[in-house]
Amino acid sequence: MSHFTPWPSLAGGIVIGVASGLLLLSSGQIAGISGILAGALTRPARGASWRWAFLAGMLLAGLELARLWPARFSLPGLPSLGLAGLAGLLVGVGTRLGNGCTSGHGVCGIARRSPRSLVATLTFILTGAITVFVLRRWLGAAA
Amino acid sequence: MRRHILAFVSGALFTLGLAVGGMTEPRKVQAFLDFTGDWDPSLAFVMLGAVAVYALCHQLSTRRAAPWHSGEFSLPASRRIDARLVAGAALFGVGWGLAGLCPGPAWSALGTGNPTIVVFVAAMLGGMLLVRAAEASGSAPVRRAPITSAAARDG
Repeated sequence: MSHFTPWPSLAGGIVIGVASGLLLLSSGQIAGISGILAGALTRPARGASWRWAFLAGMLLAGLELARLWPARFSLPGLPSLGLAGLAGLLVGVGTRLGNGCTSGHGVCGIARRSPRSLVATLTFILTGAITVFVLRRWLGAAA
Repeated sequence: MRRHILAFVSGALFTLGLAVGGMTEPRKVQAFLDFTGDWDPSLAFVMLGAVAVYALCHQLSTRRAAPWHSGEFSLPASRRIDARLVAGAALFGVGWGLAGLCPGPAWSALGTGNPTIVVFVAAMLGGMLLVRAAEASGSAPVRRAPITSAAARDG
């Protein structure tokens, strides 16, 4: 059971927009998390340091928020370890083939009116919805 | 140095936005994808707020020759919609739906030490390296999009 939270979600979205806009205006980079992670992982250290700074900010804020606001990081609904491994692999491979995820395509790309990002976003929402449908309606996973 | 401090602040704000918006709750993300069930449209409001503010920032950026602390803007310029883009996005969507996690919330929650998150992130980074290795060995089609800077990607 999940409750509709329009105002907190809109506020959270605005903060994400400010965060991504700040990265664009200060570093000239797209705040796409999958791209930043892959870049930090596979690019030579030179030129990757802003990525590590961004990722460290995300990680440390998560640590602090989990302490201050444990309910938001209690992570309700996580799958089994095996399913999490499969899901992670699909997310890793898919975001590199498709050059982006929810942040890079869904936020930055759509705001820049990139047709590629619009197609990617509609595609991953569609296959995500089909996956949840199969999980919940056919395989009986709890909502 | 300033560039790195601002990148750090940007990352921290990003996590704060995810947490405020409820995006660190896999069940809530899955409820957004559950269109035929007990649908929770909250994620659409997260996207709406983020897209509106980012569109404004992008507009501001087009009036500048360069960012504050870097030589140039690195924005993807490719407009090509091909099989690789759609197949990649489709696979990502399946993984997103299975776990209720995408890269941002998973990385934000890594510090909790939750074993499921650790496994998800490790598998995700492994998947990224796999694509990289396949490209390097030539067994995956490498799509070199025209980009304004060598380091630019969509996301």
